[in-house]
Amino acid sequence: MIPTIPQSRSFRILYGGYVALFFLYLALPLTVVAVFAFNDSQFPSLPWEGFTWNWFFGAERPQIGVFHERGILRSVGTSAFVALCVAVMSVCVGTTNAFLFNRYEFRGKGFLYVLMLLPLVIPGIVLGISVLVFSSTLANGVWDMAQIDIQALRPGLLLVILGQFSFITTIATLVISARLQKFDRTLEEAALNLGADRLTAVRTITLPFLAPAMIGAVVVAFLMSFENFNTTLMLVGSDAPLTIAMFDRLKEGSTPLLNAVSLLLMLGSSLLALMLILFQKRG
Amino acid sequence: MRSQSRITFYLLLTPLVLWLGLLIIIPHIDMLLISLRERISFGVYETSLAQYEKALTEPLYLRTFWRTAVMSVLATALTLLIAFPVSYYIAKMAKGRLQQVLFLLCLIPFYVSELVRTFGWMILLRETGLVSNLLQWMGLVDRPVEMLYTDATMMVGLVYTSMLFMVVPLVTTLESLDDSVIEAGYDLGGSGLSVLREIIIPHAMPGIVSGCIVVFMLSLGNYLTPTMLGGKDSLWFTEMIYNQFIVRSNWELGAAFGFMLLVLSSVIVWGMLWLTGRTLKETMG
Repeated sequence: MIPTIPQSRSFRILYGGYVALFFLYLALPLTVVAVFAFNDSQFPSLPWEGFTWNWFFGAERPQIGVFHERGILRSVGTSAFVALCVAVMSVCVGTTNAFLFNRYEFRGKGFLYVLMLLPLVIPGIVLGISVLVFSSTLANGVWDMAQIDIQALRPGLLLVILGQFSFITTIATLVISARLQKFDRTLEEAALNLGADRLTAVRTITLPFLAPAMIGAVVVAFLMSFENFNTTLMLVGSDAPLTIAMFDRLKEGSTPLLNAVSLLLMLGSSLLALMLILFQKRG
Repeated sequence: MRSQSRITFYLLLTPLVLWLGLLIIIPHIDMLLISLRERISFGVYETSLAQYEKALTEPLYLRTFWRTAVMSVLATALTLLIAFPVSYYIAKMAKGRLQQVLFLLCLIPFYVSELVRTFGWMILLRETGLVSNLLQWMGLVDRPVEMLYTDATMMVGLVYTSMLFMVVPLVTTLESLDDSVIEAGYDLGGSGLSVLREIIIPHAMPGIVSGCIVVFMLSLGNYLTPTMLGGKDSLWFTEMIYNQFIVRSNWELGAAFGFMLLVLSSVIVWGMLWLTGRTLKETMG
């Protein structure tokens, strides 16, 4: 509150009430999802049938818990694999992009920069179909020419990874560029004066400076990939990542199993996010 | 450039060009080409505008297209209206620890998947859901009420999903506004409303624009919320794209739809940038 500005008591109460209401709106859906993960019933709705851990640890029908549900566990594995690939790839390309835009002046730089930003303003589903269409054009072309069917170009994990990579790289580039701009170039020059070659200087001085941003970008990219739905939906093959597997179940009708998975997801991603915030405060 | 530096330059340029070329530019050109062809018979195609003609003459397609656009604009406006006072509160009224905690509380749902958030609204609003039970318990209604599958519910979901992308840029720009400037506004005789209009909103404009662009994009491209909360008649354009591609395997029409969505989003984003005299680089980068 800016102390010198007079505000009537009723206005302050009204304003405070509005903000409180907003946070209630923000928290309500997530709380409900979490609470119903413990309801001893077939449906995630009232009446409350009592508390149970079965939706996590239950091993028998009808209450098979998350940790005994093979389909869900497999899709978590798939998601983690995809997210890891996307995170590593996008941070690598993001780092080279950051160096390129920070260190070099060349013709068409501004144009390339805007092009680099574009994936942020293309709807995810359009990114998905364009990758789908192009990869199948490629696959058909190869088939027509050599009668070889490249399975990797058909909907499946490779396409999911590429599709997510196509826009998450932009975010990684922005995160890493922001830190690189704060870097003091004289430090690198000092290393060169002390006899290091350029690569050694970058490796021992610049990259350690960038490390917090790169780790931050890995975490952000991992989370974004793990939760991506729109792009993945268009490119998914037989191995469904978690969001798609949950969506398929949700269409058939939900059980508190989905609440349990959701609660674990919330805990996992909040934990990662908190770690990221604490880590960046230190760095 | 020295020769070594030149090699490094090309080494750094290659990943960027490969990424943008192979995953963004060529795929979109390919999508455009597919949308421009018409199937004559098995395996025989001809270039034509037939898909676009179909999309623009079939009332259902056209209606869904405009409906998606209008609802997304509406969702963006609503999100801005709801988020602005809250962001101002976090940036200017709350101090110290409370400020940090409130901002963090805003961020946490951002890390939770959209599916989970939509699922939460389904549990709240369905016929056997919490709100329906609460209303019955309070005696306001005498039988279960179904609140899902209406436009209002869909709007609640859309606003909810993208709220954080509005709050974060708003808080950031509002924080950079010096308190003394606001005080000066009051000292010069401004009322709350005129200070808001003449000082606070102009200062927050960059945050407003980038927030609006992101929220609009997210609403326009949203698939989950309209499908899960909007029910059978939700008629969202992404849903039609999905149906053409995956359900009917009519890639030509699907690609045309995709291209129309892309054009629509570009026009509105560029329009917003043009109106406010900003560039994409300033807003996103």
